Amino acid sequence: METLMNWLDALLANNSIFTLQTLSYYGDGLVTTVQLVFLSLIIGLVLAVPLSIGRGSKRAWIQLPIFFYCYVFRGTPLLVQLYLIYYGVVFVDGIQETWLWVILEKPFVPALIAFTLNTAAYTTEIFRGAIKATPKGEIEAARAYGMSQRLMLRRIVLPSAFRRALPAYGNEVIFMLHASAIASVVTIMDLTGAARFVYARFYAPFDAFLFVAAIYLCLTFAILYFFRYLEKKLLAHLKPVSG
Amino acid sequence: MINLHGYGPRLLEGALVTIELSVLSLILAIFLGLLTASAKMSRSWLLHRLGTLYTTIIRGVPDLVLMMLLFFGGQIGINMFTDWLYDQFNVDIFINVNEFVAGVLTIGLIFGAYMGETFRGAFLAVDSGQIEAGRAYGMSQWLVFRRIRFPLMMRHALPGLSNNWMVLLKTTALVSIIGLSDMVRVAAEASKATREPFTFMIIVAIIYLLIASVSEWGFARLQKRYDVGYAESD
Repeated sequence: METLMNWLDALLANNSIFTLQTLSYYGDGLVTTVQLVFLSLIIGLVLAVPLSIGRGSKRAWIQLPIFFYCYVFRGTPLLVQLYLIYYGVVFVDGIQETWLWVILEKPFVPALIAFTLNTAAYTTEIFRGAIKATPKGEIEAARAYGMSQRLMLRRIVLPSAFRRALPAYGNEVIFMLHASAIASVVTIMDLTGAARFVYARFYAPFDAFLFVAAIYLCLTFAILYFFRYLEKKLLAHLKPVSG
Repeated sequence: MINLHGYGPRLLEGALVTIELSVLSLILAIFLGLLTASAKMSRSWLLHRLGTLYTTIIRGVPDLVLMMLLFFGGQIGINMFTDWLYDQFNVDIFINVNEFVAGVLTIGLIFGAYMGETFRGAFLAVDSGQIEAGRAYGMSQWLVFRRIRFPLMMRHALPGLSNNWMVLLKTTALVSIIGLSDMVRVAAEASKATREPFTFMIIVAIIYLLIASVSEWGFARLQKRYDVGYAESD
């Protein structure tokens, strides 16, 4: 560790912008961005599974509200949703007296709520498409085995739908990573927030933003390769037989 | 009736800015997308590499970061260029980067990359027999493009194009961050001044949904137009 620090020190000695100090801003920003994206994706995923099943329901009172939710959250900019939740939460009557205010006061939680609701809406649509595309034969086979509706959903429909949704979901993960850049607007020091800070402090837009763009590019490629690996493993049975 | 505290006209102006910005960036993006698609399909190794580099970088970096880089960096870059002009040739000019132009250029540049991918796939989906038929009629390269490849390609490109348009429309909200008075910025200012965020943000959300719904209808009509000659069962 010591030698690494010394080496970094020496490397950055002739550099007025990328000092250990500013690099630590970027480091903290990276942690915040990853936390924000990871948490909202996980919670959004958990929400999206029941929502996507309900979206295909024949009962209007289940299906219509979910359709409306997806329509609104997919049809409006995430920035508007973020503003609505971030500025709006202050004006909920009496919230400032409750314990909730302790967590809602910081911008992290409102941003997390906005991102989660947004990604859940997109993921619901992705899953719904995948569920709808379930081959008829699979369902008939499950029925022929005498499976109940629930058992069929759990054992047949969902596992195969998740696999089919994988490529589209990978895009959604990358989209979320990129969308998280707007968290810096509500004073969260994420990666973009760190870049804006460095830009404002040194008036060096190229250094500040090109560096952060490179970090985002690396993250994007990491996600891309991760999903490609997953697809290769989980979708192996769908590959055309070669030879 | 909802009390807008006199922000109504400004909100409408903001909506107009949003629409103008999106339409102009869409035109630029389609132009860049066609160029990129041609570059990526060209036999030239260099053009192919350049096209790939462009789409990879743009699609790997958040829109907001690119926007800030081009907007804040663009002014410094232009200043450096005009300084250099002054030093070398004694030409004294000052160019101020206009937020609107910067917004159109950035959003056009970003979505040019996405359009490029859409158009490339669509061009590849055009039956080569159709193009050969055009050649056999003695059509020039340009005429083949205009009369055969472009209309046939559009049929395959429209779903992707309408998708990109919807994303582009929502991306224009980001220009409020770099200081352009689109409707999101007006609404944010109004929310802070009147302390009524719900009123203004919900109105803005409804306007976005309206624009999206109208364009969805428009794209459905266009699709019908370009589907002419294809059986329903297709």
